[in-house]
Amino acid sequence: MLSSPAQMHVPDGFLTTTVSIVLWVLAVLAIVVALRRVGNDLGERQVPLMGVLAACIFAGQMLNFPVAGGTSGHLIGAALAAILLGPWAGILVLACVTGIQALIFQDGGLLAMGSNIVNMGVVSVFTAWGVYRIVQMAARGARWGMIVGGFAAAWISVVVASMAAALQLAASGASPANVAIPTMAGVHMLIGIGEGLITVGALSFLAATRRDLVSHDKTAAVAGRGVWIAGLVLAIGLAVASPLASTHPDGLERVAADIGFLDRAQSSPYKIFSDYMIPGIHNQALSTIVAGVVGVLLVFVVAYGVARMRRGANTAS
Amino acid sequence: MHHSIEVEDLHFSYPDGHVALNGATLSVAPGEKVALLGPNGAGKSTLILHLNGILKPTSGRVHVAGIDVPNCSKSELAKVRAAVGLVFQQPDDQLFSPTVFDDVAFGPIYQGLPESEVRARVRDALAAVKMSDYVDRVSHHLSVGQKKRIAIATVLSMKPDLLVLDEPTAGLDPRGRRELMHLLHELPQTMLISTHDLAMVRELLPRTIVMEGGRVVANGPTNEILADEVLLHAHGLEKP
Amino acid sequence: MHVHFLDPYQDLRSPVHALDARVKLVLALVFILVVSLTPNGAWASLLLLFAVAVSAVLLAGLNVGYVLRRAGLALPFALAALPLVFTAPGARIELGATGISLSQIGIERLLSIFFKSYVSMQMAIVLASATSFPDLLQAMRAIRLPKLLVAIFGLMWRYLFVLVDEAMRLLRARDSRSGALDAARNVGGSISWRARSAGGMAGNLFMRSFERGDRIYDAMAARGYDGEVRSMRHPALSAQSLRVLVAGLVLLSVLFALPRLFA
Ligand SMILES: Nc1ncnc2c1ncn2[C@@H]1O[C@H](COP(=O)(O)OP(=O)(O)O)[C@@H](O)[C@H]1O
Ligand SMILES: [Mg+2]
Repeated sequence: MLSSPAQMHVPDGFLTTTVSIVLWVLAVLAIVVALRRVGNDLGERQVPLMGVLAACIFAGQMLNFPVAGGTSGHLIGAALAAILLGPWAGILVLACVTGIQALIFQDGGLLAMGSNIVNMGVVSVFTAWGVYRIVQMAARGARWGMIVGGFAAAWISVVVASMAAALQLAASGASPANVAIPTMAGVHMLIGIGEGLITVGALSFLAATRRDLVSHDKTAAVAGRGVWIAGLVLAIGLAVASPLASTHPDGLERVAADIGFLDRAQSSPYKIFSDYMIPGIHNQALSTIVAGVVGVLLVFVVAYGVARMRRGANTAS
Repeated sequence: MHHSIEVEDLHFSYPDGHVALNGATLSVAPGEKVALLGPNGAGKSTLILHLNGILKPTSGRVHVAGIDVPNCSKSELAKVRAAVGLVFQQPDDQLFSPTVFDDVAFGPIYQGLPESEVRARVRDALAAVKMSDYVDRVSHHLSVGQKKRIAIATVLSMKPDLLVLDEPTAGLDPRGRRELMHLLHELPQTMLISTHDLAMVRELLPRTIVMEGGRVVANGPTNEILADEVLLHAHGLEKP
Repeated sequence: MHVHFLDPYQDLRSPVHALDARVKLVLALVFILVVSLTPNGAWASLLLLFAVAVSAVLLAGLNVGYVLRRAGLALPFALAALPLVFTAPGARIELGATGISLSQIGIERLLSIFFKSYVSMQMAIVLASATSFPDLLQAMRAIRLPKLLVAIFGLMWRYLFVLVDEAMRLLRARDSRSGALDAARNVGGSISWRARSAGGMAGNLFMRSFERGDRIYDAMAARGYDGEVRSMRHPALSAQSLRVLVAGLVLLSVLFALPRLFA
C-alpha cells in the first residue's frame, strides 16, 4: 500500500555510473527547459499549480482497481499529465513525482533518479503527447479522439518507457538485451492496458465535469509542433531500436562492455585482479579479504562504541 | 477620514460567465467589526477576493485604506496586500509551506523585511494566537482548530490594519470555536467576517451586512438585523 | 485518519539527526556514487561500504532489522539481472552433469549488482529517516537546485498528505458503495469497468487539485507572492558540521581509492 507501481523504477546499483550520469544530464536539461517553458505559460501560478498537481499524480497512483487473484492495477499518470497539462508541465510534474518517490520512499535510486526521470518523465510524456496529438488530428474533434487517443497514448507511453528502462539496463550490462527488453515490454503491455483504461476513465470524467481542462487549444499552442514530432521520433526510435537490440544482444553487450570499460578505465589494474577473486587461491586476494574483514570489524566496533555511549548518555540523563 | 473598505456597485462574473457579484455596495470604517451574512453562493467569498486585488471587478469601485485597488500600481497593491489580512476558509489552502515557521514568515519575507524582523514578526504572531510552541511543526500534523489559528498568524505577521476572515468557525468543534472566538475578541484590528455562525455574530460583531444574489440586501446594527425574523427567513438564515 | 505512515521520517535524537541536512545530503549522494564506482567483484570494498551504511543506521538510532528488511524491497528488481548468470561471457562453471553452465563473470556481476543496490538503498533510507523533509528542502536549496524546483517540491510535499487523504476517501467511498469488489466472482463490474471507474476517481482528484492550486495561488498572492521564490538565507555551516563533512568525504575517498590501489 505504501508502494506505488514501481515496476519501472530502476534502483541504484543496476546502472553503471556512466549511464547514470548521462541520463542525469538529460534529465536536468529537460527539467531546466520545462521550468522555463512552464514559467512562461503559467507565470506566478507555476509553483502552486505544479506542486499540487505533482502531489495529485502521486496520490492518484494509489487509486487502484482489483484485477484478479489479489493483484490490482494502478495509475502511473504520465499520459494523463501530458494530455491534461501539455508536455512541459507534464515532464515537470512527473519529474517531481519521481524525485519524491526516490527521496522519501526509496522507490527508485538516487543516482538512478536521472534514468527514472528520463523514462517516466521525458520519454513517457513526450510519447503520450505525440500519440494523443496525432489521434486528435485524425479525429478532428470527435469524441472518439479523446477515448482512442487517451488509451493509445497511455498504453504506448508505458510500453515505450519500459523499453527505455530495459535498454539502459542492457547498456549497463545489468541484464542481457534479448531478455530484458522483451520481458519488460511484455509485462508493460499488460500494465499498459490498465493504464489506458484508467486514463480514459479520468478523461471522460473531466470531459463531463470540466470540459475546459480537457480542451487543448492552450497547451497545443504552447507546445508547438516540434515537441510532438520529437515525441513521435523518440517513440518510433525506441520501438525500432528495442527489438533490434533484443535480436542482436551482442550489439548491446558491446555497448555495455565499452561503457563498463569506461567505468573501469581508471581502475584497470583492478580488472586483472578481479579474476583472481576466488577465495583462497591467490595471496593478493587473500590480503584484500583480510584487509576488508579488518576494516569491517573496525567500522563496526566504532559504530557500536558510539551507539553504546549514546545509550549510556540517554540512561544517565 | 477615509473608510477602511469602500465598495460601490461592484459587478463581477467568473470566466465561465457565472455572475457572482451584481451591484454590491458596502463600507467599513476603521475600528469597526462587521459581519457578512448570506446563504451559500451569495457572493461573500468573491467579494472578499476583491478586497486585495486578487479578483478584478467587471465594473464598480473598490477602495481599501484609501487605495483604488483595481487600478493601483504594483507597489500600491503590495501595500494593500499588507494592509488587508485575508484568512481563507480552508486553512489547508492558506498553509502551503512545509512548516509553521515558513508559513508565518511568508508574508513578512515578501514584504521585504530584514531577517531579524521576520523572526520577530513570526514570534509575535504565533504568541498572539497562542501557538508559540508550534513554530517548527509541520502543518499537516495539526488539528483543524490549530490550523485556523496558524492561518490567522500567517496574516498577523504582516501587521495588517484590517482582518478579513471567510467563515472562520466553519468545521470547528465547540471548543475550537470557543477558543477562536476568544482570539478574535482579543484582536484589535478592524474586521470583516463572512460567516453563518449567528451566535458568534451576536457576541462579537456590532454591525451586520446581509448579501444575497451578489448584492447587499440588508445593512445595520446586528441586534436589529438578528431580531428581524422575516428578513432572516427570507435569506435562508435562522435566528440563533 | 491522517496518513502519517507515509512519512518515513523518524523523529529521534541521534548524531545523524542532529547533523546539518546539507552535510547529510551531500555525504549520502557521494556515498551512493562511490558504491556505483566500485568495480564489480571488489568484495572487500563493498563490504566496507556495507559496514559504513550499517554504521550510519546504528548512529542514527534506527532499528537495524527494519532497515535491513526495508532495503531489500528493491531486490526483486534483480530478477532482471538474473539471466546474466547464464549469458555473460568468460570462464564457465559446469553444474555437474546437468549440462548447465554458469558464467563466472555473470555470477560476479549479479552478486555485485545485488550488493550495490542493497547498500545504496540502506543509505537512502538513513537519509530519509533521519532528515525531516523541510530540512532536506533547505539542503536542496543550499546545493543550488533551481529555486523554483525546490519551491514546487515543497508545495508538493505539503499537499501530498492532503491529497492522499482525499484519494483514500474516494477509495473508501467506492468500496462501501460497491461492497467487496471480488474479481473472482466478477462482482462490481468487468475489469474494464472497474479500471475506468478508478479513472473517474483520478479525474475527480485532478479536478479538485486543479481548483485547489488556484486557491493556493490566491492565498500566496494575498500575502505578497509575485512569482519570484524568496526565502531566508541559510546559516553558515558550523565548524562541527564542516569537520563531519570533511571527515566523511575523506573516508569516502579512501573507499573509492581502495580497490584502485590494491593491485
Ligand atoms: N471559480 C469559480 N468559477 C465559477 N463560478 C464560481 C467560482 N467560484 C464561485 N463561483 C460561483 O459564484 C457564486 C458566488 O460564490 P461565492 O462567492 O463562493 O459565494 P459564498 O462565499 O457566499 O458562498 C456562486 O454561485 C458560485 O457557484
Ligand atoms: Mg464562501
